[in-house]
Amino acid sequence: MLTGRMALELYLDLISPPCRAVYIFAKKNNICFEFKPVELFKGQQHTEEFAKVKILKKVPVLKDGVFTLAESTAILLYLSRKYNTPDHWYSSDLQKRARVDEYLSWHHNSFRRIAPKTLWIKVLIPLFTGQAAPPEKLQEVIDELAASLVQFEEKFLQDKPFIMGSEISLADLMAVVELMQPVGVGCHIFADRPKLAAWRSRVEEAVGKELFQEAHEQILNIKELSSIEVEPKLKELLAPTLMKMLK
Amino acid sequence: MVVELFLDLLSQPCRALFIFAKKNNIPFEFKHVELIKGQHLSEEFGKVNVLKKVPALKDGTFTLAESIAILLYLRRKFNTPDHWYPSDLRKRARVDEYLSWQHTAIREKGCRIFFTKVLMPLAVGQPFSPDKLEEAVKEMNFTLVQFEEKFLQDKPFIVGSEISLADLVAIVELMQHDPNFLGCKRFADRPKLAAWRSRGEEAVGKELFQEAHKQVLNAKSLGSMQLSSELKEHLKQILK
Repeated sequence: MLTGRMALELYLDLISPPCRAVYIFAKKNNICFEFKPVELFKGQQHTEEFAKVKILKKVPVLKDGVFTLAESTAILLYLSRKYNTPDHWYSSDLQKRARVDEYLSWHHNSFRRIAPKTLWIKVLIPLFTGQAAPPEKLQEVIDELAASLVQFEEKFLQDKPFIMGSEISLADLMAVVELMQPVGVGCHIFADRPKLAAWRSRVEEAVGKELFQEAHEQILNIKELSSIEVEPKLKELLAPTLMKMLK
Repeated sequence: MVVELFLDLLSQPCRALFIFAKKNNIPFEFKHVELIKGQHLSEEFGKVNVLKKVPALKDGTFTLAESIAILLYLRRKFNTPDHWYPSDLRKRARVDEYLSWQHTAIREKGCRIFFTKVLMPLAVGQPFSPDKLEEAVKEMNFTLVQFEEKFLQDKPFIVGSEISLADLVAIVELMQHDPNFLGCKRFADRPKLAAWRSRGEEAVGKELFQEAHKQVLNAKSLGSMQLSSELKEHLKQILK
């Protein structure tokens, strides 16, 4: 039924960790939105239609009326303010909020940069090039991720239940979805890290197990992805990036 | 007790903080952490920031890392003028959008150029690789096109008519590549960018802007920096 009011649109592909963070946050907070699927591996983010929404050709993207917004952090903050979500997501306390900002900043050059490489090396490079990536490449990434995980535990998590303290915040959400990427491709980073595993369980519970599993269904069933046919044009487009990854 | 800011003005994010604090008359104690002497790698500094990076803030017993987090903290604590981080929902979202994007865009590409052209040669005692520099500059150029098309467009500043944290964070990054310094002609080829940078400098105040950039604009002294052996080792590890 048309109400004359344009719905909030979220352009997402749940294969992408930042998209999962936005999806979970919106659903958990009962924010009404229209899910606009963007299938990254069909090259949909490179279509003209999507380009109208998003010059940077990345997901997630928010469209609220004529207002479009990129960058998951910006989208999460926008939603938290517009829909007045519970305080713990982005505490109004000066120092607690600073801790969340601190994590969200550090995140870009740590988990966000490193964790996705596991998917590229184990699944996507073989899918796109028909060849397995050299095993030492995966080990390199695992080592880099391990170093980040140490920093995460020492600096951000420490002995607290969540990054900010006693309750889940945007920081935990952004972190956990990123770390599910290696898990999806069989890198069991939580297996020998009890503190981290306990934190992940707490986050899953705070979000709600059903919602968490729903958001992660695709990444946890990555075998299905391994059998899709990739658009030849997309293969061509991404070939240079892939080659760089293997250097 | 006055806020302590641990800074080295050679670092772009440190300059953003320095300028922001000074411009807004925020009282602070400047704690100099000399990067080329490897002071950020010391155990003592590690107590302030276990990540061993500048900038860092210490407010009583509260310590904070990450320049974006520190900027937002100061803005809130000292209730700075609205234009820095507008209370308007959508304008604020635009600032957040830029502050998020820039990490892996202008900041990353900019650091790569600085690293390739200045730090690497100093660390290994050999001239920089022109191929690597060319690659780094190419990526930066692509990023600058995105910056102009997506973030700046035809507006005076990123969020409209007034300077915000987004512009400040952007400008200091691009000053690492000021034509006076790295000869990469960042601004010379781009009149729109050059005009925006002038506006930014004026909004901040020319004197303060120049003060913050004195060190990084002194090309001669940069070229002859003596890195501590500890820092050289640390850099070589990163290069591997």
